[in-house]
Amino acid sequence: MSTKKLQYERPIIQRLNTGVMNKFGTKTEYKPVTHIDGNSVKELLAKYGSPLFVISEQTIRDTYQSANRAFKNRYPKVQFAWSYKTNYMNAVCNVFHQLGSWAEVVSGFEYHKALQNGVPGSKIIFNGPDKSEEDLTLAIKNDSLLHIDHLDELYMIMEIANNSKKRPRVAIRVNMDTGIYPMWDRFGFNYENGQAWDAINKIMLNDKMDLVGLHSHIGTFMLAPSAYGIAAAKLSDLAMAVKKKFKKNIQYIDMGGGFASKNTLKGSYLQGVDTSPTFDQFAEAITTSILNAGFTETELPLLILETGRALIDDAGYLLGSVISNKRLADGRRATIMDFGVNILFTSFWYDHKISPAQEFGQHTEDSVLYGPLCMNIDVIRENITLPPLMRNDNVVVHSVGAYNMTQWMQFIALRPAIVLIDTNETAHLIRNRETLNSIQSDEVMPKYLKTFKL
Amino acid sequence: MKIKKNIALSESGFVFDPSTGDSFTTNPIGLEIITMLKEGKSRGEIKSAITKKYNVDGATFEKDSYDFINMLDKHNLTESYEKEKN
Repeated sequence: MSTKKLQYERPIIQRLNTGVMNKFGTKTEYKPVTHIDGNSVKELLAKYGSPLFVISEQTIRDTYQSANRAFKNRYPKVQFAWSYKTNYMNAVCNVFHQLGSWAEVVSGFEYHKALQNGVPGSKIIFNGPDKSEEDLTLAIKNDSLLHIDHLDELYMIMEIANNSKKRPRVAIRVNMDTGIYPMWDRFGFNYENGQAWDAINKIMLNDKMDLVGLHSHIGTFMLAPSAYGIAAAKLSDLAMAVKKKFKKNIQYIDMGGGFASKNTLKGSYLQGVDTSPTFDQFAEAITTSILNAGFTETELPLLILETGRALIDDAGYLLGSVISNKRLADGRRATIMDFGVNILFTSFWYDHKISPAQEFGQHTEDSVLYGPLCMNIDVIRENITLPPLMRNDNVVVHSVGAYNMTQWMQFIALRPAIVLIDTNETAHLIRNRETLNSIQSDEVMPKYLKTFKL
Repeated sequence: MKIKKNIALSESGFVFDPSTGDSFTTNPIGLEIITMLKEGKSRGEIKSAITKKYNVDGATFEKDSYDFINMLDKHNLTESYEKEKN
């Protein structure tokens, strides 16, 4: 008679250290994450292969609504513009466009992507230091909003405008001291030393273009809402100065992005979920500054937000599998996963939350999580406390929606597929797993190198 | 491989070494292995008992138990290799 065997767990033993903190921290995982929006992790991996990025449309929509509510409750005219560089999978962009977001792009490549997605040219904000003459000509023709980064760009726009019937709609990017470090002064024109006011004068005194907006983007992963309050006050100050000198109203103030997500930065003592400000805190700081700047009710500028990371991070998951376990020379446990820094670029910045995808016992062990690359830098978590994982066990990495699907590298291994789970819990493949051919299709082999003898 | 004679084990997986004052925690399978080692069972006997009871193949368990016993050794819970050899 055969009896059912008990579930096996790898044997582990841990020394107990009372009263002493260790660098691995305390146990954080109590329940396995077996499903994402009603879809079984194991079934998704079986169908689409491991590793696999999964995006929850419901989470995108919920997060967007909560950000939108936070600003619209406090300010009458608000417009979000989806930051393409944060995640420019077309399906993801279109979820944001369906929600009402314009497009915010920083290159000709992204500009064409937005056009192809069907975004009207007049609802594309073109940022960044690298806009070619060809890009600018097309953007002017399409009536897009050009956010000028430097004087060379301004002069190029003036030249194009001289030979065009269209009046370019422009804004300038303003950098400034908001009391935070590092101060981003490499983009745009400085507020404190008068560069920004100088650029504004140059534009206002040119009769071929219209200054419609003022833009700032003070940093990334900002944990201080007050810095946005200072930035909004300085932009409002410039807008009021334009009104006073030129009797013209600035149509919009664009506060850029940079709101922190709920991820935990490396070296942070507290978890991101406990320290990152809420949308309400950012909204309160920004809208209070603009409302108090002295605009009349009818002159209040449109408030544009280019928030990327905080809107998409939580909606992204990376599912993966254990390749092997090993013991390092110093006795630490090491687990090798089938995903590394090549596709999880943000593991350079964050201590990502990682959950097992199958049932586990109460015992945990301290380990290092490595990726599959034959490169020493391929470390996903330097210290993590997890239950014993076996070869082929699965894990879920949380909050990976921002920057990974755009900054990932085709290095050593092919990039995985991406699946979007819709609001009815149906999974849609939105990017195929790469193949050898998808990488090599752009390579060209000189004829004389086609053959060789070994 | 022998476990030190004076090591104390509790049913919940608490392991105490009175000679050093160190205490450890082990999971149920770890506890079974230590208990069997204490009883003087060979690695082969342990492997056969565990693979019979749990859903694991011999090769996987051999790899895991090798690592586990190494850790027992590292934590000074075993009669040292040198002692065994002499």
